[in-house]
Amino acid sequence: MAIIERPAPTVPAVVTPTSTYGVLKRPVSATGWRSWVFTVDHKKIGIMYGATAMFFFIVGGVEALLIRLQLAAPNGKVLNADLYNQMFTMHATTMVFLFVMPMAAAFANYFVPLQIGARDVAFPRLNAFSFWALLFGGIFLNLAWFLGGAADGGWFMYAPNSGPVFSPTNGVDFWALGLQITGIASLAGAINLIITVLNMRAPGMSLMKMPIFTWMITVVQFLLLFAVPVITVALFLLSFQRNFGARFFDVAAGADPLLWQHLFWIFGHPEVYILILPSFGIISEVLPVFSRKPLFGYPFVVFSGAAIGFVGWGVWAHHMFASGLGPVSVAVFSLTTMAIAVPTGVKIINWTLTMWGGKLWFTTAMKFAIGLIVLFTVGGLSGVTHSVAPSDTQQTDTYYIVAHFHYVLFGGAVLGIFSGFYYWWPKVFGKMLNEKLGSWNFWLMIIGLNLTFGPMHILGLQGQPRRMYRWTEARAGEGFFNLAFWNMIASIGSFILTTGILMFLINVWVTWRNPKKAPLDPWDARSLEWMTTNPPKEHNFDVIPTVHHLDEFFHRKYEEDATTHTMKQVATAEELMAEQERNADKHIHMPSPSYWPIVLAFALPIITFGIIYSYLISVVGGVIVLFAAYGWALESSTAPDSDFENNTPGTALAIHD
Amino acid sequence: MTDVTHDHASSTGISNVKLGMWAFLGSECLLFGGLISTYMLYRGRVTGGPRPSQIFDIPFTSVSSFILLMSSLTMVLAVSAAHKEDDRKINLWLTVTALLGATFVGGQVYEFTAFYKEGLGFSTSLFGSSFYTLTGFHGVHVTVGIIMLMSLVGILKRSKVPGKKAEVVEMIGLYWHFVDIVWIVIFTLVYLIPV
Repeated sequence: MAIIERPAPTVPAVVTPTSTYGVLKRPVSATGWRSWVFTVDHKKIGIMYGATAMFFFIVGGVEALLIRLQLAAPNGKVLNADLYNQMFTMHATTMVFLFVMPMAAAFANYFVPLQIGARDVAFPRLNAFSFWALLFGGIFLNLAWFLGGAADGGWFMYAPNSGPVFSPTNGVDFWALGLQITGIASLAGAINLIITVLNMRAPGMSLMKMPIFTWMITVVQFLLLFAVPVITVALFLLSFQRNFGARFFDVAAGADPLLWQHLFWIFGHPEVYILILPSFGIISEVLPVFSRKPLFGYPFVVFSGAAIGFVGWGVWAHHMFASGLGPVSVAVFSLTTMAIAVPTGVKIINWTLTMWGGKLWFTTAMKFAIGLIVLFTVGGLSGVTHSVAPSDTQQTDTYYIVAHFHYVLFGGAVLGIFSGFYYWWPKVFGKMLNEKLGSWNFWLMIIGLNLTFGPMHILGLQGQPRRMYRWTEARAGEGFFNLAFWNMIASIGSFILTTGILMFLINVWVTWRNPKKAPLDPWDARSLEWMTTNPPKEHNFDVIPTVHHLDEFFHRKYEEDATTHTMKQVATAEELMAEQERNADKHIHMPSPSYWPIVLAFALPIITFGIIYSYLISVVGGVIVLFAAYGWALESSTAPDSDFENNTPGTALAIHD
Repeated sequence: MTDVTHDHASSTGISNVKLGMWAFLGSECLLFGGLISTYMLYRGRVTGGPRPSQIFDIPFTSVSSFILLMSSLTMVLAVSAAHKEDDRKINLWLTVTALLGATFVGGQVYEFTAFYKEGLGFSTSLFGSSFYTLTGFHGVHVTVGIIMLMSLVGILKRSKVPGKKAEVVEMIGLYWHFVDIVWIVIFTLVYLIPV
């Protein structure tokens, strides 16, 4: 009998810092809060992104409930007009910038390196910086609630209403400067992920062998790279007007307030694809796994995603049909808006055909994915009605618009995110989520969201304005189209929806207390991130895999039987894992933790705070930026070789490769 | 040793830092695109204070533009010295580049002061707001470049540069050339084309 010697597990080498950078030696803690705050590990950063986004999801959700309470009955008294304005502005801002975007960043951070067979992102410290800048930016945005009132101009903050005359509180200042900070976070994150995908793919992984989720994330990062600077300009113009007396949107000086609308929507329309494409990517992973078939027409899904990315730049003015652009512009943007429905339709067909003839396995993740296909299609169809300019002009600023974008964002982006939660939870935490609670979670959310947002189509077509803080019985109308009835239904629906989301939180809580350990490959999955332990080791892979196929992991488990032409299992995930451990790379030097990302990120809200209150505070922030930048530049991303302790178990006898 | 982020041969063959700088500059194009569009929309809108043609001193700005363009040449010399690993020349050319850049920024400060005295404040007119914003943003970019160049000189002297020396010099060089190219566009659109 052969004795199989199981090697000691590979443990990343311990670092003992010898030099200081500025005044600080680099942190070393591998446990406790320090191991999170100073981490550069893409997986820990991903989890922190997720937790932050979840927190803001709850904040934005409470804001939404207050809005629905206010509108449930005539003459709502829950909020006054002023507070109501702040509520819908911050609800949208929070959900877009502090929930969906960071949650997509959470998935991207965690899974892109794993899916491409890398051990970390290209710039690990920049990654940590992105996260902290997002968190501090989000806190800064919400500080306004306690310092004289939040922003109240709606999430697109049209000029000249956003100017100092019409918005005298500091709310808009906090909003504009806070979004600058989260914009810096997005931009840094985008550069990081683009370079990671372009440069750090495992050997053999050509672009067309890349998992589809990674592809969609890549498209999103390019959109961010080019869209964020445009809103940066718009926000600078707004801040300069409010804080330094510039005239950009001052009509008395001959200004053109439409400039804001153009700048905002040139950012804003790519932004909606930034919100939805990550979820498209998630369900494009989920559907093949639970249909037991490869993704139908992988290249079509890739290129339609890229096409959405391109055409997404040419449709912005359909947000402005009511602003009097002139017939030529309106015609052009109508056509492009119809055109962009095509690549989206291609995707929906591909997902449907992926399921066609497959052995469907209705897990919670799969249900959410199917939910996305159905409800996003509803939202997509009402979207096409907006491309018809005459009809859109009637619908502008009514609840019909609200219905549309909640179907695409809640029915699309959010359902995709929940699909991802259930699919990847075992990978990230090593525990399974409860499927029964998952089912409650899914059905309550589906019923709740249709009850909430479905009636808004009717409300909108009946002419209920989007941002009216209350409605009166006298103008509610009668019969089927009675505003009172449908407003009440929508409000009841919003609480059912909330119960659904609570089910998720309960699920997390219950399975955390009584964990069911996740098997290595619970879903019989297809892509590389499943070829590691649950949760993955700090260095992700013991051996960097060499890729030969799209769905590499699947092809290592299954081979085609030459006679029957069916796929036959040739290896289990456990066997593949054991093989990796036998051949583990030694002396893996992971990027080392650093103080500088959080220090640098913390300086940003100090600077912006100073712009509102006193330039002296800004100077302090500026000094911290300089200090942190030098510390950062002088410190190498990975500690020097001499700092590594070489006598760590499992690495002692290894050869330096 | 498997150093996760650096030694791993990159898929494109271009290093992470250089590719990262290219991506950043791509993003910067849209930033300046937005600012330039704003200026082009507003340059003729003067409700009070001087008009562009009344205050621009084209010969003066041409000279300072020329100085900035020359700094691109010296930057190229610094990169070339870095490839030859000639430390003395790297330091020399980086310093000269920074000095030329500083001269340009000095010229801009002088120009702003002169315009202000002639009655063009930041709040005077749409032309004033958008002119100072556009050229100010560019000036800040040059200043950041100077800080990077001088920091690099200091770090090189203490031979503390993390990563490959030529790579870092080249990366800062990319940024510097970009800032110069943007100035060519700004100089043409703002100063040379009459309103």
